Amino acid sequence: MTLTYYLVLAAILFTIGAVGVLVRRNAIVVFMCVELMLNSVNLTLVTFARATGTIDGQIMAFFVMVVAAAEVVVGLAIIMSIYRTRRSASVDDANLLKY
Amino acid sequence: MSEVLPAEGLLGASWLLIALPLAGAAVLLLGGRRTDRWGHLLGTATVVAAFVLALLCTFQLAGLEERSADVDLFTFISTGDLDVRAGLLFDPLSAIFALLITGVGSLIHVYSIGYMAHDPARRRFFAYLNLFVAAMLLLVLGNSFVALYVGWEGVGLASYLLIAFWYTRPAAATAAKKAFIMNRVGDVGLALAIFLMFAQLGTTSYAGVFGGVGTLAGGTITAIGLLLLLGACGKSGQFPLQAWLPDAMEGPTPVSALIHAATMVTAGVYLIARSAPIYDLTETARTVVMAIGALTLLIGAIAGCAYDDIKKVLAYSTVSQIGYMFLAVGLGPAGYVAGLAHLLAHGFFKAGLFLGAGSVMHAMNDSVDMRRFGGLWKKLPVTFVTFGLGYLALIGFPFLSGYFTKDAIIEATFDRDDWLGWTTGGIAVLAAGLTAFYMTRLMLMTFFGRARWEEGVHPHESPSVMTAPMVVLAVGSVFSGALLVSIFPLSDWLEPVFGEPEEAAHVIAPATIGIALTVIMLLGVLAAWLFVGRREVPVTAPVRVSPVTRAARNALYADTINESLFMRPGQWLTRALVWVDNRGVDGAVNGLAATLGGSSSRLGRAQTGFVRTYALGMLGGAVLVAGALLAVTAG
Amino acid sequence: MTDFPWLLLMIAVPAVGAAVVAALPKGRDLLAKQVALGVSLVVLLLAVLTAIAFDTGGDRFQLTSSVTWIEDFGVSFALGIDGIALVMLLLIGVLVPVVIGASWNDELPEQRSMKAYFAWLLLLEAMMVGVFAATDVFLFYVFFEAMLVPMYFIIGSFGGPRRQYAAVKFFLYSLVGGLIMLAAVIGLYVVSNSQLGEGTFAFDALRQLDIDPGVQKLLFLGFFIAFAIKAPLVPFHTWLPDSGSEAPIGGAVLLVGVLDKVGTFGFLRYCLPLFPDASRFFAPFVLVLAVVGILYAALLAMGQSDMKRLVSYTSISHFGFIALGIFAFTTEAATGAVLYMVNHGIATGLLFLVVGMLIARGGSRQIGDYGGVAAKAPLLAGAFLVAGLASLALPGTNSFVSEFLVLIGSFPEEPVFTIIATVGIILAALYILLMYQRTMHGPARGVLLQEDPAEPAPGTGGATAVLTAPRRSLRVLDLSRRELAVVTPLVALIIALGVYPQPLLDVIEPAVSATMDDLGGIDQ
Repeated sequence: MTLTYYLVLAAILFTIGAVGVLVRRNAIVVFMCVELMLNSVNLTLVTFARATGTIDGQIMAFFVMVVAAAEVVVGLAIIMSIYRTRRSASVDDANLLKY
Repeated sequence: MSEVLPAEGLLGASWLLIALPLAGAAVLLLGGRRTDRWGHLLGTATVVAAFVLALLCTFQLAGLEERSADVDLFTFISTGDLDVRAGLLFDPLSAIFALLITGVGSLIHVYSIGYMAHDPARRRFFAYLNLFVAAMLLLVLGNSFVALYVGWEGVGLASYLLIAFWYTRPAAATAAKKAFIMNRVGDVGLALAIFLMFAQLGTTSYAGVFGGVGTLAGGTITAIGLLLLLGACGKSGQFPLQAWLPDAMEGPTPVSALIHAATMVTAGVYLIARSAPIYDLTETARTVVMAIGALTLLIGAIAGCAYDDIKKVLAYSTVSQIGYMFLAVGLGPAGYVAGLAHLLAHGFFKAGLFLGAGSVMHAMNDSVDMRRFGGLWKKLPVTFVTFGLGYLALIGFPFLSGYFTKDAIIEATFDRDDWLGWTTGGIAVLAAGLTAFYMTRLMLMTFFGRARWEEGVHPHESPSVMTAPMVVLAVGSVFSGALLVSIFPLSDWLEPVFGEPEEAAHVIAPATIGIALTVIMLLGVLAAWLFVGRREVPVTAPVRVSPVTRAARNALYADTINESLFMRPGQWLTRALVWVDNRGVDGAVNGLAATLGGSSSRLGRAQTGFVRTYALGMLGGAVLVAGALLAVTAG
Repeated sequence: MTDFPWLLLMIAVPAVGAAVVAALPKGRDLLAKQVALGVSLVVLLLAVLTAIAFDTGGDRFQLTSSVTWIEDFGVSFALGIDGIALVMLLLIGVLVPVVIGASWNDELPEQRSMKAYFAWLLLLEAMMVGVFAATDVFLFYVFFEAMLVPMYFIIGSFGGPRRQYAAVKFFLYSLVGGLIMLAAVIGLYVVSNSQLGEGTFAFDALRQLDIDPGVQKLLFLGFFIAFAIKAPLVPFHTWLPDSGSEAPIGGAVLLVGVLDKVGTFGFLRYCLPLFPDASRFFAPFVLVLAVVGILYAALLAMGQSDMKRLVSYTSISHFGFIALGIFAFTTEAATGAVLYMVNHGIATGLLFLVVGMLIARGGSRQIGDYGGVAAKAPLLAGAFLVAGLASLALPGTNSFVSEFLVLIGSFPEEPVFTIIATVGIILAALYILLMYQRTMHGPARGVLLQEDPAEPAPGTGGATAVLTAPRRSLRVLDLSRRELAVVTPLVALIIALGVYPQPLLDVIEPAVSATMDDLGGIDQ
């Protein structure tokens, strides 16, 4: 088994996620892209765990998933409340917190 | 310096001399209006009591073998190597000054009862006068230079308060301030002299300083002498610090008589005479003293010729006469006694002249313009006679006091028999002629000629409470000279202080000088009669006059010089510094604060509020970190 | 009697008093004032008792007490006083009741209560006592910084129209100095750790250290800059005129009278004994700053039209004299400098109070708005004159003794600087007498004559720079009984200490000699 395919796939997923975060305006989509990036990292972790035969990477991946789940809860709640007050889910519309 | 003995008996209580008038001043100032009714009487009583005490002390002193008494009071300042004790020295020199101050002071207090009778603030006036007497006595009785300095500035304060007595007049307030400031310039000299003494000798007491001064280097002694001289010039209105004294005439006339004629302004002479052991060792400093004395006596005499303000003429006359005293004490051992004799005689006749001028002003609704006087001799007979005697004494009319004392000074000056003696002596003789001129002019304009009174002025003789002191002073003016020079020679009395008077080899016979001075005096009188007495005096001063007259009227431009040399540049510097401090120093601080604030708000612009911008920033940062890590591991 | 915790009480009583005053119900202003005055009088009593308990010929530090505070860093809550600190405590004890009495009827800005003002004053008193009584460098630093807080609120809440600017400026300046000092304090700890094997902040232990000259210079500068800002020396001075003029009068008196003395006290207590070599190295520079400050600030004082600013500048000039006395390194001059600190507190305190009383009557701080006040208010003018004469160091007033000592003591070591400084006494006469003449002498004119406060008098264009306070009764121009009671003790002290200063000198001199010994062999 070669690591390359998994790692390339993770890199592609990460790039898609990162580009998505930067270019998309819809908060939900941005959110999905963040998840994508997290999961690409998870993939990497699991891959290396498998390759080295230890379980550290897998444990780490579980942590990431737990954090991601918690983050989804808080994040979606924020997006919901922003949508309720502003009738918009665009991240560019929520720019009050500035200089 | 004779050995100092602890004082016994009455002399031990000589601190009461200072305490009495000081207590008077304190009661009058703190008592407020409650003391209005009897305040002037208390003020006079304390000074008279001090005079009696001074007399008794002097008699006791005369009986002592050593003729010197040291009264140790308490520790004033003692720390480290410095030990200043508050103490008094009652010796022949301080005794004559104490007598002069309390004696003339008593007379002037009595006179003031009448002169200030209608002033609502009479109590305050007597309080200040008492304060002055106390400070002046401390000045002459103190046994160290520090005590002298305390009294020195104390009389400066009293002088300030009294010149500004009618403080609602801007001229009086300004004159008082000017006097204080110019005195302070002199005080710096005195202070530095004291510092130098402490640095070199570790003490400031007369006994210590005079005992050790011989061990010092010549340059140091000269420096001390010159610094003391600066102090003396400030207090005594000598060149270049003479300009305040004529302005000080804004004060009530008794003040002019007591402080600015008889006592305070002679403190400079006292200082130099007291410091004789220092000046004896420095020819240079003494030469400067003589030069300043000669220069000032000429300046004063010239300016005195041109003024129409009766008090200003007398003030310039004071400047000039103190110049004679400086000339005398600058001569060293040969002149101390002559200078002090002139000082005492001057105390009598100048105080009398000022009181007379006050009496004239009293009669003329407080006018001082001699052009509006004239023909007063009939209306003010007592004033005329007493003033006239003072006048004759001042111009050196034969066998009156000024004749003896001024004669002695000029004689001693010529006796030096060098270029300095001949030059200064010549100036002194010339100024004697000028003195006769301006005083005769004053007499003619005031008492003789046609009455040029303003409307509504009805001259009347002053009450006897005012004329009595004038009579006493006039008697003093007539006899004090003969008394001091020949009958009870001052030189014998002062022998413990200045040593045995040595018989000088006379360059010119005393009789010749006496005759020459009389002739010159008569010439001055004649000139005054030709210029003033023969003609009608115009009520306004002529405008088209020679440059010499104009210069004299401006007192040889002393004020102009002071203003353009110190005042204007000072004001300019002050304004410039205020600008520098606000714009420069504070500006730098505020500028720094503004720069910080400005740049932080500019940096804050980076916070756009767009989440995706921040995300890009984070990505960029992550890439940078990753790149750096790669570079490090690869390299 | 010496075991009794006098110093701790002197800190605790005003601190607790401040809390009590602050906790009083709203609207009970009179009660708050009475409590505050009572507390401050108790502190004065404590100060006097402390002075009695103090043995002039005894140890250098007396009435000491020490409680471990932060064990890991060797910090202890250590108190103790030498003669220098004792006279400063006495000064605090005298000034605070006077200030409270003087502020009794102050017109405060809107929505500010007298209660809060007096509570801050008492807290300030506690902090000031702590600064002078601390014998642990870290504790000193804590009080040094904590002192800023009450003063910040006193200026910022109860001051004049530009109070906030002034308060922030004051705070920032002091904080910058304080932080630099903190670095030096930590540096001292590190040095003590390496030399003694155990870090300490105790002054007596630090004094024994033998610090490398290069390190000494750095640490000296850390302390020096903090103290030079506090004192203040030119060119670190520009906060003082702003703070002095915007602070309420009571605050200004304590600011200039006591708080700034922490700077000069610090020179003498910390800079000289801890860093003797560096002190000697930097002395010429400090002397230049001192002498330049004397003349520069005096000239600036002459150019001011605002009386409170003028008095602030005169203080800067006086601080130059104090610094000169300290860095001349002779017992006489340094004793004079300490005495100067006390005397300046009394004399300038009185000057500020009297100026404040005048301003309270006229509503303007501009000299040009007054004239001929002496005729209307002779007592006020008299007090003004006494304060002014003390400020120009006339013999017979207390300041003369100290100025004379500073100058005569400095002269043998530093003749050139002393001669230049002596010229300052002419300038002192100028700025005081100019102000006195313009406000008190001459024909009566200016804002005090106006009938209607709303309309400025003709020719007083600057009169609009007025305080928020409306003028109270125009008829009562001269000092009231309360004001007389405030002024009299200070006037009495000015004259008493001018005639017989020896008791204070006896207290100060041993401490100063000990400091000079620490400095090593210059004077002894």
